Formats: sequence, structure tokens, C-alpha cells
Amino acid sequence: MEALTTSFDTREIVVNMGPQHPSTHGVLRVILRLDGEMVVDADCVIGYLHRGCEKLGESRMYHQMIPTTDRLDYIAAISNNLCYCETVEKLYGIKAPPRAQYVRVILAELTRISSHLLWLATHALDIGAMTVFIYCFREREHILDIFEGYCGARLTNSALRVGGLPNDIQPDFKQKVKEFCDILPARIEEYEGLLTKNRIWMNRTIGVGILKPQDAIDLGVSGPTLRGSGVDWDVRKSNPYACYDEFEFDIPLGKTGDTYDRYLCRIEEMRQSRRIILQALERMPEGEIRAKLARTAKPPAGEVYHTIEAPKGQIGWYLVSDGSQKAYRWRVRAPSFVNLQALAKMVKGQLVADVVAVIGSIDIVLGEVDR
Amino acid sequence: MGLIENRLEPGLIVTSVDTVFNWARKSSLWPVTFGLACCAIEMMAAGAARYDMDRFGSGIFRPSPRQADLMIVAGTVTLKMAPAVKRVYDQMPEPKWVIAMGNCANAGGPFPTYHTLQGVDKIVPVDVYIPGCPPRPEALLYGLMRLQDKIAQQTIAKKKSA
Amino acid sequence: MSDETPKEPVSPPAGAGAAPKPATTPKPAAAAKPAAPPPPPEEPPDDLKTIRDNLRSKFKDAMIEEKVFRAELTARFERDKIVEVCRYLRDEHKFNFLSDLCGAHYPTREKPFEVVYHLYSIPNRNYIRLKIWLADGEHAPTVSGLWSTANWHEREAYDMFGITFDGHPDLRRILLPEDWKGFPLRKDYPLEGRGDYPIPARED
Repeated sequence: MEALTTSFDTREIVVNMGPQHPSTHGVLRVILRLDGEMVVDADCVIGYLHRGCEKLGESRMYHQMIPTTDRLDYIAAISNNLCYCETVEKLYGIKAPPRAQYVRVILAELTRISSHLLWLATHALDIGAMTVFIYCFREREHILDIFEGYCGARLTNSALRVGGLPNDIQPDFKQKVKEFCDILPARIEEYEGLLTKNRIWMNRTIGVGILKPQDAIDLGVSGPTLRGSGVDWDVRKSNPYACYDEFEFDIPLGKTGDTYDRYLCRIEEMRQSRRIILQALERMPEGEIRAKLARTAKPPAGEVYHTIEAPKGQIGWYLVSDGSQKAYRWRVRAPSFVNLQALAKMVKGQLVADVVAVIGSIDIVLGEVDR
Repeated sequence: MGLIENRLEPGLIVTSVDTVFNWARKSSLWPVTFGLACCAIEMMAAGAARYDMDRFGSGIFRPSPRQADLMIVAGTVTLKMAPAVKRVYDQMPEPKWVIAMGNCANAGGPFPTYHTLQGVDKIVPVDVYIPGCPPRPEALLYGLMRLQDKIAQQTIAKKKSA
Repeated sequence: MSDETPKEPVSPPAGAGAAPKPATTPKPAAAAKPAAPPPPPEEPPDDLKTIRDNLRSKFKDAMIEEKVFRAELTARFERDKIVEVCRYLRDEHKFNFLSDLCGAHYPTREKPFEVVYHLYSIPNRNYIRLKIWLADGEHAPTVSGLWSTANWHEREAYDMFGITFDGHPDLRRILLPEDWKGFPLRKDYPLEGRGDYPIPARED
């Protein structure tokens, strides 16, 4: 018996997770150092989807880079388009007309709902709730139908242009969006019914991956990941863009900063997005859909930085112009890249299975992380 | 299977055996989860309720390549990822097939840059190419059906060159 | 990128901060429209005015130039003082959020590399842009002691431009493979790459 009480020689093991892994949301590689089942350190290795977008931006014209922006956060393509187009508009010193801004808001909020639905589908699937995956994709198909009706593409939309919109909305656009908004609340209730008070879900997510508010700000985290920790900052409210200051909506905040709080934040954000869409549908003005900008017009030399609230967090573009039609420096501030850095802090001391839950709750998309 | 493959002369008896084996193989093509980028989302949509890849027998995505016989390369393959793609392909047991889904996997797509492999066929042999950026889920299902046609033409009889 | 604009008269003093003018002779601008004239020098919005005045008075030796364009304030500082400036802005002016840190390369300048910091204040809701210029081979000091988020941003700047950050806890490549040669976002690196990275051979 005495031999059992002497200390065992334990070593940490290094486990590799990815880049091909069913629950890393893309090609992410995490090198975990484990003490038994407990995570001592997590080192993310990224770059498996680095496609050189920033270099590409220096050899294409501003307008030509709009499709590339789709492929950064490919789940919420229109919010990338919106931020990029607004940054280029800021550079040129023009503004999109009011009708275009209202349609942009509707598309951006539909994109937010679509992104959160996909987040919920994959996050729940990782934790084991497969039904939610099928249900969320069912709703997502409605949204993708609306996008396809508007701009012809389901996923990588390129639905916006510098100065406004490529074309006006179709006659049945408003009705389709309204129909979707009518069915959404019941569907969100369905998801909540399956998950929010589910004992297994609560055990897997409450107290997991806690991120304290001060750490979150220090790590540059933004979006629902930050608001889950209780920090009240949403770019739509703090630095409004594209007529968001004309709408009434709430910003959900979490209390403890764990996975469960982030889940509740995003569910509530879907409801608030619906609220914004209904207001925009009601108040949409008539008028022009695109500001006058000659195709060969060159911007003045200078630099601009513009950010918006993408579904994943604060996305921003830093453009340096030398007076020609191509950018001199084309820089994306990608929210997933910055939020992912918080992973190491969030999983320290947690179990291996929690790593999967936390990666899901940060809501990363590798196209943005790697660019 | 290995016992009778490549031993029999092509003929009537082999034809009906072929039909059975090919039918079995093409009706249960299990893909390995290999979504890399945007095309992965359309692949997931193809596996979801509206487009339902499961009715082709391909709905079960295996996390381990050792249990899969189809690799749908959905997305951009970068130079950093290329060894991992090759490794997953090598770990799959024969018979195996590869579908290159999307423009990036076909030929580099909209990224002619320093870190993008201009086509996954530079490192693995591809059976079906599905163009699109991203291809619609129906396009993926069509590509899957073309692959099934290709499999239907295979034979276990001795190959002339072998 | 060819600059087809006719050579313009000296742009407003702070224009050199951001607009590189390559030393190539301008091509005759046949049918191309002339570039938009440089906008008149702007005054910063009120909330940034106080910050600018404080920076001017407190760091008058370290501040090299400042500029306002599209209501954004950009200030360039001496490399050695940037950490002090950042700490001052974080503690006194509540710029608690480092929104972005990136590099840039202007090969025609005497000091070709640049590190650009975008700071944001969550309580005050405003942005400020800081810059430092570095000569070839010069190192930059790290700000990862002030904001932990700078860790990955600086690794990326090192990966893409080769800018070394002194005091960084873990400076290694982040996006490209560890054994990649060259720094892709430099202007002398081709878009298609140099083709010098090995890919696995196809075995059939």
C-alpha cells in the first residue's frame, strides 16, 4: 500500500487537434498540452487557409475586390461587402442614398440571422445535438432563397456595390422577407425548447470557457463573444453606420462570460435582428439606389479605417490609397483572427471536451482568420 | 474482394458480379469530412434536409479517413494544407475516389496567389470536378451522380495493362 | 501599380504620412481622368482635438507629424517613444482597445517599413491612428505588454513583412509555414509567389 502513496511520475501529453477535424470549424489546428484530461495550454496553428487576399487587394481595383471580400467570412458574406463598400465610399467621400442604406440594413441583418443559425447548427452539432443542425439549415434555406432572389447567389453574394446597390429590390422581396420574419419567432422558440433548459446542454456549457470582461477587452475580443462577458459595446450603437441610428433595438449582454451566456446572447441577437428588419421594411424610402460614381473615378490619396459590427465581431478595413484605382495597402481587421487568440485563455484548466464547446462558442470562420 | 479482383477474364460471369459490386460501392459512398472553405458550407447544405445527400447513401460523413471511401475536397487547398490533404488521401483504403468541389479545388479558383495550390489534382488524382464558386448543392449532387456513373463502369476483371 | 496621375504640386504637409509617390516618371495621361484633387486640410472633430493638443504638448519631441483625413486623426511618432505614447493614450485617454496593428511597406522611402496602430476607446467611442516608420532591419518595440491582442497582430506583421518586435514573447510565423522563405506582403514579392515551397508529389 505504501507504494501507491508515493508520487507517480506524470508527464503532460501533447495532443494535436486538426487541421482535419470534424469540429474545428474549418482548417484550424490546436496543439493541446494535457495533464490527463485537463488542458494546460492550447496553441493555435492557423494559416491553413491563407489565400493571400491582402496581396491580391493590391493588384486589383477596388470594385474588383468585392467578390474576394465575400470569401473572407463566407458565412456572412454581405456584412463583409457592407464594411468594404462603406470603407471605399469613405475614401471616395461619397455616401449611399437612403433607400440603398435601408436595403443594406435589411440584408445585413438577414446575414446576421443566417450566420447565427449556422453558428447554432455547428455548435450544437459539436456538442452532440444533431437535430438542431437540421432545423437551423431549414431556416437558413429561407434566407438563402431571399438572397438568391435578390442578387443571384446563395452564399458568396457580392450583393453590394461601392455607392449603393447593384439593382433595386424585386417586387416580392419585401413580402418574402416579411414572411420569413413571421415564421422566425416560432422557430427560435423551437431551438430554445431543445437547448436552453436541456440538462445536457447546460452541463456542457455553463461554467465552460469563462472569459472575464477585462481579459476580453485586453485581448481585443469583440462581438457576441465580448458581450457574453458583459461588456456593453456594439458598433451599431457606438459608431452607427448605414442608418442604424434610426432603428430601435437592444443589445443582449451576458453575465458570467461562459459558453452558455454567449449562446443566449446570439439567440437574442437573432430576435433583435428581426426587430430591425421589420422596422426597416416599414420605413424604407423610395429613391435612388446608387450614388453617382464614375467607373474610372480615382479616389484621393489618403488612408481610411472603417469598422462595422459583423456577426462575428468588429470587422474593419484599412485602405491606403495612392490616388490610383488600386489600393496601396489593403488590410482586413478580421474579428475571428482576434477572437481566436482568446481561446488559450478560455480553455486553460478545462477538459478536452470543453475545447470543442469553446471553439464553437467563439464562432470563428477560418476564411477570416487566415485571409 | 482482393482474392477475385484481377484474376478473372472479362466475360458474362464477371459482368453480373461487376454490377453487384459497383452497385454496392456507388450506393454507399461515405465521404470523409473534408470541408476547407466556403464550399464546405454548401456541402453541409447538401447534407441537410432540403437537398439530402443521404438518399444517395452518402449522408454519413466519416470523421476518420480510414472509414471513408470518398474525399470531397471542398475549398481552397493551400501549400500549408497540402501535406495534410495528401496524408488524409493516403490513409483512405482502396477503392477510393476524389471529388474536387469548387473552383479553388479545381484550379486555384479566384486566388492566383503565393500560398494557394492551383488545383488539388496537383497532389491527388481527381475523379470528378465540380465547377462553381461555390457550386450549388444540386451541383454537388449532380457531381456525385456522375461519380456513381463512373463507378458503374468499373470492372473487377483483369485489366489489360496490369 | 502604375501611377497615371500627372505629378501634383506639393500635397498638404501631412500627405507624406500616407501617400507614397513612386519615383517613376508619370506615363502620359492619354484618356485617363485626372485623380481627385487632394482635399483641403481638415480639422479633427472636437473629441479628437483635445487628444491631439495633449499629444502635441506632451510628446512634442517624439511627434513627427500628424494629419486629419476623413475625420480621422493620424499621428506619427519616433520609434522609441511609441510604447510611452500608447501607454499614455491607454491610461489617460481610455483607449483600452487595440483594434488593429499592421505593417506596411513603402520601398521608395528612406525608412520603408511602417507599423500602424489603430486604437479605439470603448467609453469615448473614438479612434486614433498611430504610426512609426522603420528603416530596413530596424526593430520595433512590442506593445503586447499593453494590450495582449498585439501578440498575434505582431506575429502577422513579422510573417508578412519581416518586421521584428523587440520584447515579443513568441515571435514566429503565424499564417505561413514555419519554413517559408521570404515576406510576401513586401512590394518586391510577386503575387504568384516564387514557387520555392515544396508540395507533396502525386504518386499515381
